[in-house]
Amino acid sequence: MKNKHEKFEKSVGLFAIFTVLAISIGGLVEITPLFFQKATTTPVDNLRPYTALEMEGRDIYIREGCNVCHSQMIRPFRAETERYGHYSVAGEGVWEHPFLWGSKRTGPDLARVGGRYSDDWHRAHLLDPRSVVPESNMPSFKWLAENKLDGELTEKKLTTFNFLTRNRSHKDEQGNRIPLYSADDLAGAKAAVKDKTEMEALIAYLQSLGHALK
Amino acid sequence: MSSFWNIWVWVLTLGTLVGCFTLLRYCLKNFAGVPEGESMGHTFDGIEELNNPLPQWWSTFFLLTIIWAFGYLALYGLGNWTGFIGWKSSNQGILSLAESKAQVIAAKENGYLVQYDREIEAADIKYGPIFDGYAARTIEDLATDKEALKVGQRLYLQNCSQCHGSNASGTTGFPNLTDKDWLYGGDPQSIKHSLLYGRNANGMIAWGAALGGDQGVKEVTAYVLSLSGREVDVASAAAGKEKFALCASCHGADGKGSLAMGIPLGAPNLTDNIWLYGGSQRAVESSIKNGRAGVMPAWKDILGEQKIHLVSAYVYSLSQK
Repeated sequence: MKNKHEKFEKSVGLFAIFTVLAISIGGLVEITPLFFQKATTTPVDNLRPYTALEMEGRDIYIREGCNVCHSQMIRPFRAETERYGHYSVAGEGVWEHPFLWGSKRTGPDLARVGGRYSDDWHRAHLLDPRSVVPESNMPSFKWLAENKLDGELTEKKLTTFNFLTRNRSHKDEQGNRIPLYSADDLAGAKAAVKDKTEMEALIAYLQSLGHALK
Repeated sequence: MSSFWNIWVWVLTLGTLVGCFTLLRYCLKNFAGVPEGESMGHTFDGIEELNNPLPQWWSTFFLLTIIWAFGYLALYGLGNWTGFIGWKSSNQGILSLAESKAQVIAAKENGYLVQYDREIEAADIKYGPIFDGYAARTIEDLATDKEALKVGQRLYLQNCSQCHGSNASGTTGFPNLTDKDWLYGGDPQSIKHSLLYGRNANGMIAWGAALGGDQGVKEVTAYVLSLSGREVDVASAAAGKEKFALCASCHGADGKGSLAMGIPLGAPNLTDNIWLYGGSQRAVESSIKNGRAGVMPAWKDILGEQKIHLVSAYVYSLSQK
C-alpha cells in the first residue's frame, strides 16, 4: 500500500475505532475526572435524605414529567439568584438518582421552592393551577388527590438509594459512612406512605426542595 | 483535584493539541511520491484523483485554532492550575451557606472575586444605596412614593402574586390584600411582621365532633351566617348561638374576630360578610366541621428585610385607596 492513511480509509472498523477515540477525548478530560472530585461527591452539610413519603413524591414528579417544564438548577447569575435563592451547587445533588436538573423552563425553577408556599397553596395549584394563578399554563393534576399509595415498593426504593449513595453519604466521627436510611427507616417505609395520596407525597417532596442550602 | 486527575487532564489536553499539530504537519507533506498536481493513478467514472495539497486557508485556520487553544488555556487554566486570569464562575465547592459567605469575604480580602460575586458586588454598589434610602424611611412614607411602590409591586408580583393574585385580590383560602379586612392587622408594622416571620398559627381545629356532629355544625353555621345579616332558620341560629361560646375564645363573643379583641390570632371577623374560604352555607359548614389552617410562609430569609420593607409599603398602600 502506497499511502499509509489508506489503511484507515479503506477499513470501516478501524476508521470507526479511531473516530470514537478522537471524539471521546473531550468527555474523558471534562467529565470523567468529575466522578472522583471532592466537590462533586461530598454532600453539603445540611443535606438530609428524602423521607419515605418525599421519595414517593419524587417518583410522582418523575412520572408526571414535571422536570420537562421545571428545572431544578439555579445558575450563578444574579438574575436567577434574586428570584430563586442561592445558586445550586454540586454538593446538593450528590444523592440524586436520576438528577432532575431539567433543561427547560416553561414554568419556574423549583430547586428551592420548598417552604415558599403553603401546603394548601400547592394543593390548590396542583388541582387547578388557574384557581390561584390565572395567568398559568400549567396542566391540572387532579388525579393526584385520588390516587393512593400502597407503599409496596417504598422499602426497595430506599434500599436502592442506600446502595447508590454508599460511597457518598455523610460520615460519622470515626469517618465511617452513615447509610441514608437506617434499618428502622426501611422497616417503617411502607407504613409511612401507605394510604397517603399521591398529592400528599408530591407536596412533601416539593416542600423538601432546596432544604440543604437556605 | 488529585495529582492523578491533574496529570490526566494535562496529558490528554496537551497531547491532543500536539497530536493535532503533528497530524497537520504530516498531512502538509507530499508523501505520495507523485509531483504536486499530477495524477495519483486513481480514476473512477472518469473522475481522477490528483495529488493536491491541503488548501492553504484551511491549514492556516487549523493552525490558528491550535494557537488559540494555547492562549485560552493560558488565560483560563488547566487541571489544578487556575490560569493567568484565574476566572471562576462561582464557588461550586461550598458545603453550607456560611461557607459560601465566608468565601466571598475571604475573596474580597484577597482582592479577587469569582464572576458571580463580581456581578453581585456591582449590583450592590448600584442598587444598595437605593434600598438603603428606602429602608431609612417609614412604610407610611414609602406608601406615597410612586417609585418605591413600583419596586414593591415588582417584588410582590415576583413572590406574592402566586397566592394573593397579581391584583392582590386573593382567592379562596388566600386573603384579599386590597380590602380593609385583616386577619393579623393592617397597620404597617403588622404587615411587615406577617411578611418577615410568616403566620403559622395552628389554624382553626376541626369542631365537628365537639359540636355534636352535623346537627351542631348546622346550628352554629346558621348562627354565624346570621351575624352578617343573612337570612337563616331562627330556631337553628338560636341553638347555634349557645354553642357559639366554644367559638368565642378566638372569634370573640360578638364574632368580630381576634383582632377586635387585640390579639393577632388570625381568627376572622364573622360579621362583615367577607369569607376567606367561601360564604356559602356549605363552605362555612365545612370550615367549622373540618377546620382551616392557612399558612403564610416566612420571607425573611428569602427576600431579606430591605425588600420586605418595600413589599410592606406596597401591600399597605393597597388598602389605603
